[in-house]
Amino acid sequence: MSTAVGVPSGRVQARTRSGSLGVLRSTGFAGIASAVVIAVATVLAVFGPLVAPYNPDLPSLGQAFIGPAGGHLLGFDFEGRDVLSRLLAGAQSSMIGPLAVVVGAMVLGTLIAVVAAWRQGPADTVISSGLDILFAFPGILLAVLAAAIFGAGLTAASVALAIAYMPYVARVLRGAALRERGQPYVAALEVQGASGTSICLRHIIPNMLPLIVAQATIMFGWAMVDLAAISFLGLGVQPPTPNWGVMISENEPGILQGYPLPALAAGLCIVGVVIAFNVLGERLFEQAQRVSR
Amino acid sequence: MRWRFLARRLLMLIVSLLVASFVIFGALYLAPGNPITALSGGRALPPASLRVLEARYHLNQPFFAQYWYWLENALHGNLGISITLQENVSSVIAARMWTTGGLVLFASLIILVFGIGSGVIAALRPGLADTSVLVSTSISAALPSFVAAIVLITVFSVKLGWFPALGNGTGFWSSVRHFTLPAIALAISSVAIVARVTRAAVREEADREHVQTAISRGIPMRQIVRRHILRNAAIPITTVSGITIASLIAVAAVVETAFSLNGLGAYLVQAAESKDLAVVQGISLVLVTAFVVINAVVDVLYAVLDPRVALGSRAQ
Amino acid sequence: MSTDPLLSVSDLTVLLPVEGEQRAVLRDVSLDIRAGEAVGLVGESGSGKSMTARAIDRLLPKGAQVHGQIRLRDSDVMTLAGSQLRSYRNQVAMIFQDPRAHVNPVRRIGDFMTEALRTNLGVSPADAAHRAADMLAQVGIEDARRRLHQYPHELSGGMLQRVMIAAALLTEPALLLADEPTTALDVTTQAEVMAIMDELRHQYGLAMLFITHDLELAAAICDRTIVMYAGQVVEVRRSELLHSDPLHPYTAALAAARPDIGSKAARLQAIPGRPLSAFEAPAHECAFAPRCPYAQDACRDGVPPLIDLDGGLSRCLRVGELRGQLEAAHA
Repeated sequence: MSTAVGVPSGRVQARTRSGSLGVLRSTGFAGIASAVVIAVATVLAVFGPLVAPYNPDLPSLGQAFIGPAGGHLLGFDFEGRDVLSRLLAGAQSSMIGPLAVVVGAMVLGTLIAVVAAWRQGPADTVISSGLDILFAFPGILLAVLAAAIFGAGLTAASVALAIAYMPYVARVLRGAALRERGQPYVAALEVQGASGTSICLRHIIPNMLPLIVAQATIMFGWAMVDLAAISFLGLGVQPPTPNWGVMISENEPGILQGYPLPALAAGLCIVGVVIAFNVLGERLFEQAQRVSR
Repeated sequence: MRWRFLARRLLMLIVSLLVASFVIFGALYLAPGNPITALSGGRALPPASLRVLEARYHLNQPFFAQYWYWLENALHGNLGISITLQENVSSVIAARMWTTGGLVLFASLIILVFGIGSGVIAALRPGLADTSVLVSTSISAALPSFVAAIVLITVFSVKLGWFPALGNGTGFWSSVRHFTLPAIALAISSVAIVARVTRAAVREEADREHVQTAISRGIPMRQIVRRHILRNAAIPITTVSGITIASLIAVAAVVETAFSLNGLGAYLVQAAESKDLAVVQGISLVLVTAFVVINAVVDVLYAVLDPRVALGSRAQ
Repeated sequence: MSTDPLLSVSDLTVLLPVEGEQRAVLRDVSLDIRAGEAVGLVGESGSGKSMTARAIDRLLPKGAQVHGQIRLRDSDVMTLAGSQLRSYRNQVAMIFQDPRAHVNPVRRIGDFMTEALRTNLGVSPADAAHRAADMLAQVGIEDARRRLHQYPHELSGGMLQRVMIAAALLTEPALLLADEPTTALDVTTQAEVMAIMDELRHQYGLAMLFITHDLELAAAICDRTIVMYAGQVVEVRRSELLHSDPLHPYTAALAAARPDIGSKAARLQAIPGRPLSAFEAPAHECAFAPRCPYAQDACRDGVPPLIDLDGGLSRCLRVGELRGQLEAAHA
């Protein structure tokens, strides 16, 4: 009997009843279309190299910058490799980095936010001012610094971006966690002797889940842009590994020679996926705010 | 009460800069590789000259002392010597600063004019104007600067030949022509962000009760828009525009590389690749300082625009 | 008192888009206000009293459909536009419920008070500031010069409402629309603000439409009181008679639902059911019938007309037989 006291059963039930499919359906046509784009990109990230019609890594310099011809739908890149195959194979390195960044930033940010909101007082003050100071580092700059120290590569860039994004996550979620902390059911659970850790892990964080998912979705788009930019700069994914950002930089000379297709195609892949994440993230955000009202 | 806010903000600015400089120095201090090897270019040195070098660069001193020397020198404009260029980092930065500064300034102008302009129009004129702004911003918001760069080069340099694709240009008008495409590439996604925030802010202010009061008192609509709706919406618009513009400082590196401009960012990237640590430290310090200072200016502007600010700052 | 009304509203019907449908929020509202007269407009939330005031000031939200006529002296208010509409609004000043929300927070008090003077009447800034300071003194705000330089958040709610009243009086309007001007204030402040408003209204010979949910308050300061229910006028009555001799069961119920120091009633009587918005109420019968203890089948045959009785008006079919009993019911 006592367990029922003050637990926000209505909200929890409402969410489980509609389920994730229900949530998706309520994001409307744009939301569903975005989810489809994301799903396709994800499938390609896993199976891309298998789907690729040609060997994405096989150069043939004689065919450099030749347009679409005979089964090569998007033509050849600066080394005469099949552009479509490189795009498909490149999904992997283009998606895995943002995923790592988002997971890292969300885990760190959520933990910090919940600790700050739970402890309040001086701990919160210290954490909040620490976050303010971390805002001094733009993500790309931190990634360039990381490349200078550890050498260019996807790992260093991803870690740097995760650290740079973390304060944004923490700031948004700290507010949400504070609101959740103030709910009567939390006090009720405390009176019943539940430990802080268990309340945070079993109630506060699950209740913030819609917001966390929305934040993660939007952040994936940012991470994709920033990591592609870093790869474009030559400090991220290293050639010859196929990657959308790298494809833009290595095929940039083709643009001046009047052959922009490989670079533009890679750019289009990035923009398409980023729009999908932005749109879906915005819809999920609106939803999360509607639920918490 | 506002003075207390300003004093606190100034203190935060100084602490941020100190911590940032500490991180920049500390991170590169920990970087693998011996600075002596870097200095000597890999040649074996006699122990005597080794000691001289160590003493000159305080390499035999504890970490904090070294940080202090570095910071003191940095404050005097001495940021060390570039290994690859064999030149003073400060003079390298001074020579390239205007490229980055000009680019960011140009892009900021575009953001303020087009972002705020289209946002206000979309908010006040529902229908076609509003819809077209909404649609175009949802695409351009997701347009990364380097993708915008290749599209702009393809269309306006290669196909139409209106603007040069690469390089800085000489003289003012030539520079403006050379910087137009880079500035647009740098600005385009920020224009969308600022336009959307402006639209939302103006809409929200237009629905406020105090606007009803002004209407009920027979104030002309033009004046209500200017003195009440836009004046109040200016608070969030300023904040978002400022933060967005500050973020351009880092993204400029990408645009400079795409358009082969010899700015700070492009050089920072080259230095990172060649492990020219003094240059990486120096440029990072300059960029972080600019970023943090712009953010502080935004907060101060916020305090100037909003008389209620003493009751609680934006940061909380 | 001349019989020619200053403001006359006749057969005002307002439809608003609610969930994609045009729904009536006001139905055939008619009322007159004579120069210098104070008229109370009483009803529960959703009864349409604020909507009436907004319609009079042409402040209805976009998409509203308005039928009927509103006249100020000789001008047809519904057809006014541009500068004529603005000069009309200068003659009809509105005081809102929540001064905190209705004053621009980033402009100084002086700026708020003098904006209409400077913009519409071409008064010089110095002169306008002078008049504003005088008016602040009249509404009982000390140190007026300093207040003019302050921002709204530096003033208390009661003080801000006095500023709002002073600002409304500055343009020398003929009619004041006061939309629950004291509801957002604490009790002691309410009385002060009411007293100031009443005093200044008499001093300047202003007509007033005073909107409130408080029957006693309306009766205390208004010459006549109009009771609204579900977007309709259900009773119009000289204020002093409203309590002792109500002409509509709803008025009687409203009076009974309020604590009365004089009466010995053991407990307050709540009106059964909940207040209905105009578009929720039955459209083709007496709107109050579902909650009315005296309702009969005849009450459900159509919307009752306003029946003239001893200079009062009542929208109750049974007013003739119920008169007298209504008062007894709550005592």
